[in-house]
Amino acid sequence: MSEPEAKIEIRGLTKSFGQNHVLRGIDIDVAQGKSLVIIGGSGSGKSVLLKSILGLIKPDRGEIRVDGRNVAKHSEADKRFVAGQTGMLFQGGALFDSLKVWENVAFRLLNAERRPRGASKNKALECLAQVGLAPEVGDLKPSELSGGMQKRVGLARAIASDPHILFFDEPTTGLDPIMSDVINNLIVERVKAIGATAISITHDMASARKIADEVAMLYQGQIIWRGGPDDLDNSGNPMVEQFVRGRAEGPIQMQVRRYAKKSR
Amino acid sequence: MNPIAAIGRLSLDVLGEIGRISNFAIEGAVAALTPPYFWRAFFVSLARIGFASLPVVGLTAIFTGGALALNIYEGSIFPNADAFIPQILGVSVVRELGPVLAALMVAGRCSSAMAAEIGAMRVTEQIDAMSTLSVNPFKYLVGPRILATTIALPLLVLIADIIGVYGGYLVSVYLLDIAPPIYINNLIEFIDAEDVTSGLLKATVFGFLIAVMGCYYGYRSAGGASGVGNATRTAVVAAAVSIFASNYVLTSLFVDF
Repeated sequence: MSEPEAKIEIRGLTKSFGQNHVLRGIDIDVAQGKSLVIIGGSGSGKSVLLKSILGLIKPDRGEIRVDGRNVAKHSEADKRFVAGQTGMLFQGGALFDSLKVWENVAFRLLNAERRPRGASKNKALECLAQVGLAPEVGDLKPSELSGGMQKRVGLARAIASDPHILFFDEPTTGLDPIMSDVINNLIVERVKAIGATAISITHDMASARKIADEVAMLYQGQIIWRGGPDDLDNSGNPMVEQFVRGRAEGPIQMQVRRYAKKSR
Repeated sequence: MNPIAAIGRLSLDVLGEIGRISNFAIEGAVAALTPPYFWRAFFVSLARIGFASLPVVGLTAIFTGGALALNIYEGSIFPNADAFIPQILGVSVVRELGPVLAALMVAGRCSSAMAAEIGAMRVTEQIDAMSTLSVNPFKYLVGPRILATTIALPLLVLIADIIGVYGGYLVSVYLLDIAPPIYINNLIEFIDAEDVTSGLLKATVFGFLIAVMGCYYGYRSAGGASGVGNATRTAVVAAAVSIFASNYVLTSLFVDF
């Protein structure tokens, strides 16, 4: 074990929903402190992969090792082990809309760690400041915030207990290009600041280039390419090339048969 | 196609659903009674379900009591109907109408609200988010709601009993010209503590069922806004039906043949 130890190791991970084989044997490692970005089209299995690692979906077969411990069995202890050191930024924010912004950010502190409300609020306001939000925002409800602010609050909630692992599910989807860049910068800055290992899924290439140490492309439930963000433009893989350039024509045919007959 | 197969499939579906709800109810009761406790969520639920239901439960009770007094007066074949009004009205309200009507009103208000709120949290990934924050969403969302409704409903029914009997009093005294002492004396003489406690026991069961149905259909809802709509509707219907069914069972236990 002289190699830098992998924080997360995934081996032969498969998951099917009925006849729909979403993950078909995923093998991938993420080294401690590195940021992996998984790119891929809609329906390629990105979200299912992320939720499997998080313990929200139970995989059919395969291993998910976090710090060397296999958590794919999905026991309560496994889930607690993963959740206890993980923060996740959800695609839609997934803020609790019955609670104030600061109670959202401090949710784990208040309800899992049972810290007093005063201290939790201070910590929450500190986290909000780290993502560029004023203390007054803390007393608002999530529904009173713009999309970009909701993403920031989601990020603040994810980092509030200094997690070792951070997950980002389409962090820039639904934001304008400038706000996307702001969120990307915040992600890079915060991940570096707390030294976390990060896994993001996205189909926003600008975001991938910015936050990745390494990029992997998922296609039809398998990793078909890995490389650095600088290799994206000369990957030598026609599928990656098609995806990066955003072309309808190429080896990847979008699956539309569930809705309409193939016209070509 | 095959009618017998259709009947079989329907029976299996219904029995399967009853089984899943029963499991959910047991897990929910365990979640409500074992740590970790979420007191803040509990008191929020208690205020929303108990305190905020007071007006609607009170209005239901006072009009029902008044209408009942008129009906008993009108339907009586005895010359001295006055004496029977508080007796029949008291027993009807305390044993049957108070618990059932209050439970139905609370089911309409709260089963639907619980199903909609938890369902919306499910489809917007808030429940997943809670798991990632090391808080068991079942314990946080279901436990406090079940505990709060089970405690709140008997208290609401006690208030509904008093208001319902008072509605009967108002109609009897001011419309039917019955002397207040007759109404009060006959009422006290005829109603036992057991009548009241049997009604409150019913209310406890109804409260539990209301919360279980609201949480169950919300928790397993899927498919966006229409899924939440379905969950809401099904929760209210299921809560109402389970209230009537369990009311019959409980009544048959309390009555000596």
